[in-house]
Amino acid sequence: MQAHQRMLDPTPNGLHSGEAPLLQTIGLTKRYGDFLANDSIDIDIWPKQIHALLGENGAGKSTLVKAIYGLIQPSAGEIRWQGAPIVLSGPSEARSRGVGMVFQHFSLFDNLTVAENVALGLDGKESFKDMSARLEQVSKTYGLPLDPRREVWQLSVGERQRIEIVRALMQDPKFLILDEPTAVLTPQEADQLFIVLERLKAEGRAILYISHKLEEVKRLCDTATILRGGKTVETCNPRLETAASLARMMVGSEVKEVKAAAGRQTTVPRLVVNDLSLTPSEAHGVRLEHISFELKGGEILGIAGVAGNGQDELFAALSGERLSKDPGTVVIEGIAAGHLSITQRRKLGAAFVPEERLGHGTAPRMKLSENALLTGHAASGMVRHGFIDTAATLKTVDRATETFDVRKAKRDPEAASLSGGNLQKFIVGREILRNPAVLVVSQPTWGVDAGAAAVIRQALLDLATAGAAVLVTSQDLDEIAEIADRIAVMFHGRLSAPLATSEATREKLGLLMGGSSLEPKEAAHAVGA
Amino acid sequence: MELIEAIILAVLAASTPLLIAATGELVTERSGVLNLGVEGMMIVGAACGFAGAWLTGSIFIGALFGIIAGTLMSLVFALMALGLAVNQVATGLALTILGIGLSGLIGAGFVGERITPAMHLYIPGLTDIPLIGRVLFGEDAFVYFSLALIIGVWWFLYRTRPGLILRACGDNHVSAHALGYPVLRIRTFAVMFGGACAGLAGAYLPLAYTPFFIPGMTAGRGWIALALVVFSSWRPGRLVVGAYLFGAVTILQLHAQGWGVGIPSQFMSALPYLATVIVLVLLSRARTGGSTAPAALGTVFVPDR
Repeated sequence: MQAHQRMLDPTPNGLHSGEAPLLQTIGLTKRYGDFLANDSIDIDIWPKQIHALLGENGAGKSTLVKAIYGLIQPSAGEIRWQGAPIVLSGPSEARSRGVGMVFQHFSLFDNLTVAENVALGLDGKESFKDMSARLEQVSKTYGLPLDPRREVWQLSVGERQRIEIVRALMQDPKFLILDEPTAVLTPQEADQLFIVLERLKAEGRAILYISHKLEEVKRLCDTATILRGGKTVETCNPRLETAASLARMMVGSEVKEVKAAAGRQTTVPRLVVNDLSLTPSEAHGVRLEHISFELKGGEILGIAGVAGNGQDELFAALSGERLSKDPGTVVIEGIAAGHLSITQRRKLGAAFVPEERLGHGTAPRMKLSENALLTGHAASGMVRHGFIDTAATLKTVDRATETFDVRKAKRDPEAASLSGGNLQKFIVGREILRNPAVLVVSQPTWGVDAGAAAVIRQALLDLATAGAAVLVTSQDLDEIAEIADRIAVMFHGRLSAPLATSEATREKLGLLMGGSSLEPKEAAHAVGA
Repeated sequence: MELIEAIILAVLAASTPLLIAATGELVTERSGVLNLGVEGMMIVGAACGFAGAWLTGSIFIGALFGIIAGTLMSLVFALMALGLAVNQVATGLALTILGIGLSGLIGAGFVGERITPAMHLYIPGLTDIPLIGRVLFGEDAFVYFSLALIIGVWWFLYRTRPGLILRACGDNHVSAHALGYPVLRIRTFAVMFGGACAGLAGAYLPLAYTPFFIPGMTAGRGWIALALVVFSSWRPGRLVVGAYLFGAVTILQLHAQGWGVGIPSQFMSALPYLATVIVLVLLSRARTGGSTAPAALGTVFVPDR
């Protein structure tokens, strides 16, 4: 608590009773053209503290840590290390001073071994053999088991993160930066990570912890700095705040709550999957094994699971990007569709929103109207006698813009020029405006700011209320719990029996996400639900 | 006996330029760059190599000219594909077209001239051993150098830290950049090494294979070298096997024509190319499980600063 008092000290240079923070940025600014990614940011990092860095996407968190890690050069302002101003020429200099970094998108090499990956993150002063021995020792000391000889592509996401953490720890850092470390972990894996972080803190290291998960920050962190639009908004003690007050500081306004209409009626089965098995088309893909579920009109089924457990493959099989030899495996509106193409499935009333917005959901360099045509040409009257009805495609853009509050610079810009949240609203809107009977949507609000996420979730709920069957795949358990009626979990290409959302506790879902099964009695009960 | 020895010698001679060029391209591709301009760099290396040897009377200086010419060509590629982030496939094809034209220009004055080809090793006693003597102890310097080169490349890629960093750039350039490695600089060196090897491989043809220069004398060897890299699944050991296999097909079809097999000679001449196509098809069909190609191969990288 004493250390915390120092953090609240508003003096920008942070000097306090002759003691300087471990790391300090003063007026740190990074400019890209006209855009200020960081606008004079002051942050003080003290030893023996876990310091949270909060903010929405685009608030400038990544830019700030890249500058601290020497990956980019600030346009103005300075970085001080133990009180003395420093200029970091690159990550290796940051590492040599004692800054370690665990990246959000892992900086790993899939086709190299664990030991080679770790060696690449070090400065190469010791022999490969000594390094391997030290790797085993460090991984044992911190309870992060790793096999140095395995290639990364064979490992789970949790194991990959362990490599990153061990690699950072092998430099014996005074200051460790973690960029959204729990985004890819099961709740149990996250708990394991927290134990390691508490231990590092007790050893006197400083930790900068970037996360979107506010409950986690409240539980773990001693201090929180909140960024919005590239500026520091507030530095506070997260334990004294509520999740709602933290969210308010991040967003700058109240976040609208999503509401489900009461008494939604389920109707006939609209999407049925029968014993679907599929070998992967890609080298490191996941094999789908005997997947079966039934989804009625008016119902939302959420599919949880750690990324890379077959969600992408399931989406491909449902959308028709991968065809099944047996037509009966995928039944849309009562018609066996496993062998039908994407367009034929759309004609049956299905709509699909893939995870990747640019390159999969839209063609980035094409206009929105052209992107509307790409999914709407089969069943939305945008083609007449083989010719494109430009007026109809533009009308679709206008309707999506109006209904879903898509913000853009002109009437019909290129897809790539929209921000992530606005483009996602457009893509979801484009499909919903077709009044689909079945909507399959993958990661609907991934990397989308809280405001846009609320709009999208509400739209999915409204669609179900109108009688459609909605299948949502997401790694965000809170999102699934908020909108789904039933939740199933994917693990290693298998889908668990769905649980009613009211019965699906975090513990149960976490067990399923880690590959454990619930007691047979309970699972049987859930099927009946 | 005599015939078998002659065939083995001819196979080694025909395989050596393939092996040298493919070794260079293997290093380039392992760093994540696809340079389709091997044929162009080879043919310029051939023209400059011959010019150098004819002007100075030294095979060694000729080979050096070939290496320098290939390196300069590869720098044009590096400037376009790495410096300006132009599409690598288009740049590589353009480099081949440029090289064919350029070699005709450089070599125009040398067509019809002859030089004394590279000397073969002769160790009294050893070289005289029947069958294996000339094969093992009677080759020209290029043959021995090509084998030393591929062993050196294997050692570099798998036993040294710079080699590990180069492979890392080819696997994931974003990660390599995030860890602070200068991806573009590393790739430029890899491309230059590939160019030097292609230039040397091209120079081998007029300096040792046939002692004169004719335009277009690489005759598609650059393309075969490219296919060999894929054939080897980017591994130096398999590259040696592949290079000698393709050399053997080239020589055997000549002999088959001599023996009067009742197949049109045009078909026989096409055999090495046909073999290339078949191997590529078989390999792409057989590829399940782990990925063999460098994951970042052919993708453009622009660091954010």
